[in-house]
Amino acid sequence: MPDNLLAVGLPGILAVTDTARRSTARRQPTRRNAELLMLIFAWGIGVLGTLQVGWAIGRDPDAGLWITSGVVGALALIMHGVVRLRAPYADPILLPAATLLTILGLVMIYRLDVAAARRAELNDNPLPTPDVYSQLTWFTVAVILFASVLILLRDHRVLQRYTYTLGLVGLILLVLPLAPVIGTTVNGATLWIRIGGFSFQPAEIAKILLTIFFAGYLVEKRDSLALVRTKVLGLGLPRLKDLGPLVVAWLVSLAVLIFQRDLGTSLLFFGLFVAMLYIATQRRSWLVIGGALFMGGAVLAYYMFGHVRLRVMVWLDPWTYATDEGYQIVQSLFGLANGGILGAGIGQGFPNLVPFASTDFIVAALGEEIGVTGLIALLLVYAILVERGLRAAIAVRDSFGQLLAAGLSITLGLQVFVIVGGVTRLIPLTGLTTPFLSYGGSSLIANWILIALLLRISDRARRPDSEVLSPDDALTQVVRRT
Amino acid sequence: MSRPIRRISIVLGLLLIALIANVTVIQVVLAGDYRDRPGNQRVLLEEYDRERGPILVGSNPVARSVETGDTLTYLREYDNGPMYAPVTGFYSLIYGATGLERTENRVLTGSSPLFVVDRAEQLFAGRDPQGGAVTTTLNARAQRAAFNGLKGKKGGVVAIEPATGRILASVQSPSFDPNILSSHDPNSIRQYYATLESDPAKPLLNRPIVSLNPPGSTFKIVTAAAALASGRFTPDTVLPGPRAYNLPNSTNKIRNWNGQACGPNNLVTLRQAIAISCNTAFAWLGNELGAEALREQAQLMGFDNSFQIPLRAATSRFPEDPDAPQTAMSAIGQFDVRATALQMAMVAAAVGNNGTLMEPYLVQEVRGPDLSILQTTQPKVFAESMTPLDAVQMTEMMVNVVDNGTGSNARIEGVRVAGKTGTAQTGNDNPAVAWFIAFAPAQSPEVAVAVMVEDAGAPEVSGNQLAAPIARSVIEAVLR
Repeated sequence: MPDNLLAVGLPGILAVTDTARRSTARRQPTRRNAELLMLIFAWGIGVLGTLQVGWAIGRDPDAGLWITSGVVGALALIMHGVVRLRAPYADPILLPAATLLTILGLVMIYRLDVAAARRAELNDNPLPTPDVYSQLTWFTVAVILFASVLILLRDHRVLQRYTYTLGLVGLILLVLPLAPVIGTTVNGATLWIRIGGFSFQPAEIAKILLTIFFAGYLVEKRDSLALVRTKVLGLGLPRLKDLGPLVVAWLVSLAVLIFQRDLGTSLLFFGLFVAMLYIATQRRSWLVIGGALFMGGAVLAYYMFGHVRLRVMVWLDPWTYATDEGYQIVQSLFGLANGGILGAGIGQGFPNLVPFASTDFIVAALGEEIGVTGLIALLLVYAILVERGLRAAIAVRDSFGQLLAAGLSITLGLQVFVIVGGVTRLIPLTGLTTPFLSYGGSSLIANWILIALLLRISDRARRPDSEVLSPDDALTQVVRRT
Repeated sequence: MSRPIRRISIVLGLLLIALIANVTVIQVVLAGDYRDRPGNQRVLLEEYDRERGPILVGSNPVARSVETGDTLTYLREYDNGPMYAPVTGFYSLIYGATGLERTENRVLTGSSPLFVVDRAEQLFAGRDPQGGAVTTTLNARAQRAAFNGLKGKKGGVVAIEPATGRILASVQSPSFDPNILSSHDPNSIRQYYATLESDPAKPLLNRPIVSLNPPGSTFKIVTAAAALASGRFTPDTVLPGPRAYNLPNSTNKIRNWNGQACGPNNLVTLRQAIAISCNTAFAWLGNELGAEALREQAQLMGFDNSFQIPLRAATSRFPEDPDAPQTAMSAIGQFDVRATALQMAMVAAAVGNNGTLMEPYLVQEVRGPDLSILQTTQPKVFAESMTPLDAVQMTEMMVNVVDNGTGSNARIEGVRVAGKTGTAQTGNDNPAVAWFIAFAPAQSPEVAVAVMVEDAGAPEVSGNQLAAPIARSVIEAVLR
């Protein structure tokens, strides 16, 4: 059944992973061949998905399809080549999983292009510019940056030196959309900058820079942050003056929420900071204080801002707002319901009925056409990405690397939860892109840089000791396990 | 730091489980509810996204789907909409479907089990399923003749091929335009529907198969058939035919329309009684035969039976337990006798087909999306209504009606037409219903037709004046 190639294909990837793991033993294999195999698999799923769109509209595969598929395949091979040369011991699953998600995004964007073109044709309107080619261009840019990171950044610890610089740049990027002239408000949220004809969502890049900043900062300060002054109800509370950084993060998040009306980014940053604080200090009190601040901020926002209140009301009862504010979420739910267990089949549903189907609501579009089976498989691919990132965090020896890898993985996981939870009405809807899937350059580029960093750290974590030649490593190498 | 990382990963794992549980609830548990919610266009879109198969008359589509620029991909269009409306019905966003659009929906959408092979192919190729075509038994010329004949009148016409039961024409007047009801504009649909609903002439009523009226003198064919079947009467049997017939146990009388006796010495043969539509002779005959014999004959000709052609026709009735005066009234098609135009066409068809009544049907063939024939309807005998000998005698008597009797307006040069007029009172004040039933050529008929005109005015001649010319033009259209 072509309807469900994707649902069948995704678990296939997991199976390959499993056999790859079994062959691990003494000689610390690089497992790059397993990676290549999974990449080919991911590429094949993309080709089948594209063919299915063609079948659904009764069009035979044309040259354009093969050229596009060829370009995507070449990009995947380039990334594989770079990893093989520059991060040979890196985790073999990160790259194929992210590639698979990107390819699925491209297939869905192409499919939505087809729907848009068909509609324009029937209405005798000029054909809209297909999104898939610009997304492909962004993917190319992302691959170049991905390769640059792996080639230029030989050791992730270099980043630690620029902790404050990167933090500042990140903060500036975060507030840049508020700047006059270049800042742009789209659909009520001010999270774009526009320079010339070129628009960018700087928060996506800020996400990575701030994660690096948090990691560097917390490594430096964690000892004092972990200090316990008083105990309340068995919970060790930090010193009052150490609350500073958390309060600053909280205020920045609130500022993002208030001035940019960007609920999702606000939530993401604060959640990320609290989680990293907890990891760095191992103090649960930070989670409690962070949680309390979050609750306070949420309640405050609810009572102070109409747009937050509206989001919550739509979340609680979308049916009342089905024709106006709740239209998106209701259409999203209808789409998912139409998908059912096995999905309508790629190209055979009506994902174009959901507004922003190629960006915020791409998970709803996929859910309609690949069903709950495919959607769960998709979520599991994200889960694997996050789990592999966290695994690298645990395995790497330096604290900065640990915090950075954990932070990057948590960002990814939180972002997926916030947006997927939003479009499926698990939590109130907030505007965030779906990593790798959503149409949009900033997000794609940022997430591929994120993968490059994770690969860099995981390469370091898995590299056999004999190959660790850096002098300061040699000094710390007291005991060697056999 | 690995312990807090592991803890965080457990939290993230819980979030993942929450997401999975949530999408499962939406897509599996609540999916049905969401599909049924108002405002969910997907169910409709899915239906309108498929190319619905055409309804054909001969090889010409009278209902077909055309692609639009709408969100709803396909629009249903009807050629000569009002003319074919009682057969095709409509296909409305708001009011659902009627007619063949409703009864043949599974064929037209391609979801009928007849399409197993196509569906498998579509499933594997990932193409949208295409609907099959329904070929009707209608004869375009007969349909047009009937439609033109009924213009400006209120009534219905049904024509049947006696040897098979194929329905050649089914027409109503006034009719409606299914194009408007099947449009994609909810406002104009609602507005038009409201107009049709409030019209006292009830254009939405499928008159030829649903409108029940007393058949009047056309029912005398049934009474005469019962008389022949009893063996006690022949066309030459002399019956009493005075000016008025005193109803038994009653002071009421049945009179002839012209107030005259039906023959010299108040006597008349059965043949002549039919030719001049003698009420008193048939009232007497009814009581001679009894209600039981009349009902038996009526049932052999399709009364008290509900037909699905596949549209559901109203059941024509012979009264359940009439007393003697009521039986006399029933024998001339009054009292509680009720018949549809379809029913009376069947009476004519039964006589014309040597007494064998075929089941009427409207769907000739079901074709696949590639127009290959998937199913052909086989004619079925409904009942042996008369012996062949009785049928021949009845035919002769009915030819006599047209040649020498009340049905003069049905005469066709060079064709022997068998017919019977009728005018029925539907109540004391209500205007009469004019009837004409006929079949031709009499020796081996190609068509049997019943014309029913409501609100016809009082006189007995109206059957001949209003209904017979329409019957004649339908017959001519078929024979030409």
